[in-house]
Amino acid sequence: MRQSHGSRARRFSAPRIPSPDSRTLSMLAYYLQLGLRSLRRNPALTTLMVMAIGFGVAASMITWSVFRAVSGNPIPGKSAQLFTPQVDGWGPQQNLKGEPAEALGYVDAMALLRAHQAKRQTLLYPLRLSVIPQGSRELPLNADGYAVTADFFAMFEVPFRYGGGWSAQDDEARGSEVVISSKLNQKLFGGADSVGRTIGLGGHDFRIVGVVSHWNPRPRFYDLFSTSGFADEPDIYMVFNRALDLQMRTGGRNSCRGSISYTSWQGYLQSNCVWVTPWVELDSPADVARYHRFLENYAADQQRAGRFGWAANVRLRDVMQWLDYEHVVPPESRIALVVALGFFLICLVNTIGLLLAKFMRRAGEIGVRRALGATRREIYTQYLVEAGTVGLAGGVLGLLFTALGVSGVGILFQPEIARLARLDLSLVGLTFVVAILATVAAAFYPAWRAAHVQPAWQLKSS
Amino acid sequence: MKLHPILAALRKHKAGTVLIALQIALTLAIVCNAVFIIGQRIERVNRPTGLDESNLFLISQQWVGAPSADTPDGVEKLDAMQREDLAALRQLPDVVSVAPINSIPLLNSSWTGSVSLKPGAQLGGKGNTRTAYYFTDEQALSTLGLRLVAGRAFTAGDVQHQGFRDQRERPIAIITRQLADKLFPQGSAVGKVMYTDGSSAPTTVVGVVERLQIPASGSWGNEFVWNSTLIPTRLDANFARYAVRTKPGRLDAAMRAVAPVLYKVNPLRVLDDDSVKPFDEIRAKAYRADRGMAVLMGVVCLILLCVTAAGIVGLTSFWVGQRHRQIGVRRALGARKADILHYFQIENLLIAGAGVVIGVLLAVGLNLWLMTHYEMSRIPLPYVLTGVLAMLAMGQAAVFVPARRASNVPPVEATRAA
Repeated sequence: MRQSHGSRARRFSAPRIPSPDSRTLSMLAYYLQLGLRSLRRNPALTTLMVMAIGFGVAASMITWSVFRAVSGNPIPGKSAQLFTPQVDGWGPQQNLKGEPAEALGYVDAMALLRAHQAKRQTLLYPLRLSVIPQGSRELPLNADGYAVTADFFAMFEVPFRYGGGWSAQDDEARGSEVVISSKLNQKLFGGADSVGRTIGLGGHDFRIVGVVSHWNPRPRFYDLFSTSGFADEPDIYMVFNRALDLQMRTGGRNSCRGSISYTSWQGYLQSNCVWVTPWVELDSPADVARYHRFLENYAADQQRAGRFGWAANVRLRDVMQWLDYEHVVPPESRIALVVALGFFLICLVNTIGLLLAKFMRRAGEIGVRRALGATRREIYTQYLVEAGTVGLAGGVLGLLFTALGVSGVGILFQPEIARLARLDLSLVGLTFVVAILATVAAAFYPAWRAAHVQPAWQLKSS
Repeated sequence: MKLHPILAALRKHKAGTVLIALQIALTLAIVCNAVFIIGQRIERVNRPTGLDESNLFLISQQWVGAPSADTPDGVEKLDAMQREDLAALRQLPDVVSVAPINSIPLLNSSWTGSVSLKPGAQLGGKGNTRTAYYFTDEQALSTLGLRLVAGRAFTAGDVQHQGFRDQRERPIAIITRQLADKLFPQGSAVGKVMYTDGSSAPTTVVGVVERLQIPASGSWGNEFVWNSTLIPTRLDANFARYAVRTKPGRLDAAMRAVAPVLYKVNPLRVLDDDSVKPFDEIRAKAYRADRGMAVLMGVVCLILLCVTAAGIVGLTSFWVGQRHRQIGVRRALGARKADILHYFQIENLLIAGAGVVIGVLLAVGLNLWLMTHYEMSRIPLPYVLTGVLAMLAMGQAAVFVPARRASNVPPVEATRAA
């Protein structure tokens, strides 16, 4: 009843407009036109607003593009199935304020691998080697990479250009198989299929079984013990047991506790030094719970055997929990984002004030329109659309600043991180959406004030 | 001037008043903290390493197919290779001195441990002081440009060598004054005995250098940033680092001469663009994030102040326009130009005053939040007070132009229709 009454009233106030739909559309187009024209009316005020929104949006977008890159999920499909087990081999006196070490020593790492309690498992540690290009007089090159076990490639979904990984039998046979990156393949073999060829690494010959096409998940979740998560792509992957046989020391971090007493490689392996990162793949929550129990039992067994003088202290973190625990997002990134958002907020407060001034200056005009039959709703819509045009202009300017800023984030972050900040299509879209939505939101109050201008007062005083 | 009419007028412009005050409050909160961050970063970047940083560069290189450092025989071979390199580098015409060294300040590659006054003390236990080791030889002090304040430097006879991971007794060491003061608060450290890494073999301090920063530039090293220990030992591994001091102004020439001479000694090594680095570059890399943060905060502050000032100009101009007629009436009733000017100035002072009160609370709140989430210390009062004064001054500066325009409104406006 009431509804029909209302619509009849509206029809009465604007009897010439035939269909409500086309009318709304044409009015919106008209408001847009008015808005664009009004941008030119107070150039100083408009420039101020557009600049403020442009700066605010750009600052937020630049810092966001970096934050998005460093806080992203490096392996979205499997991050909830990959876990890194930690076992406290240092005890409450020497561990990390109650937390176990961030890697394992040789003894515990091998015990977990041999127990084979997960669907897939791998152990890894970084290697820093050199490679001698064959048949040429070129100088030796650096080749950095990892000693890994066979499951590594399947667990982390490593894509291959040629060949593939090696088998569990090769692990057992302590074979000389090696997988190289496309980049190294390009340098050594000009990009040709090099599977089956021989490569000299650190003075020993290895047989290439696979060439990885570009693969460098960032952050490098699988090795946060030795890297900050943003290193260059590894060049080689070597059979874990073979690297041990060749007594290849870790090319990354090594952390020990207590008085260091080992004098030989065997002594080093048996020491409490941690340097191996373990990973397991567990499909279901039940598997996770079972593996966690296994870890606790293992630690309890070590206590019973007298190796550990303390109660079981184990952790089983998945990829995202691990990234969080290791504080992969650089503090600069988060602080910069917070400051930029604060900056944007101030720009918006500023915009509210300026829009208020801009709209209320036209109180007389609004009074005339209201007196001629425009509803409050129409005035409201008109001014929101006008704010939208300001937002659009701010977005264009913001995009310009963002493009400039993204190419200049190198001053704030290491090149490895700065390279991650890119102006892609989604960032362009986001810039416009944020600029327009924020400006329209800022215009709610000023437009509401404009819609509540009393027609009679305005007509009387002018 | 009475405040009452100003307050009454402000009540009519609640929205604008609140917006300006809010903007000033937020700006104060962000600017205070940003300037504080800038100050902290600048302080960090400017701390001296203790080195004479000019005319100094570092070589990091790796041998190919080097003998294993796990056999005594291999260690001897590696050491011979290293001595050959050192001799060749020391022959270069532009080079003053060369020292083998495992790392240098700001390189972020460290060997850390702990020193104690008691033998066999547990690492990380009580009575232990963390330290970073520099394994080097008798040319270390002259190469790095360290200032010896007590005792003596190493001599060639002091220098031992060992495989990279071997454990060997360390009969003597040179420590920094900071570490000496911590270990031996009473009297000189020279001639005293300490124990490294929980060892039971004593290490005698033979010398004290004024200052030497540890290699780690990150915040995790903050608690022992000046606690360095120099050990007269060449480390033998499949890689080696050499610090080189050149004659003044001959840095580039000496750096260019390195690769040819080392390849001549032994071509089987990796020596790429990153291998020869002037100390300036190592410093710039270590402090890149700090410098960037300071620049970013500076830019944000500057733009923020401009935006807020422009906002005040905009809104005040609008009010002046709105009150043209009232201003004319006041002028016609005998108010001087200065009265009108003061009116707008005091109005702004009131709004800005309210803004800074809220702003101080927000600034402290933001600082507390940053303290709980990041390594940030409490913001000192002078920063906040300076911020408050700066905000009030900015408000006055911003209001001046529209206020003067208002004071120029002629009394005759009173007679015109609004």
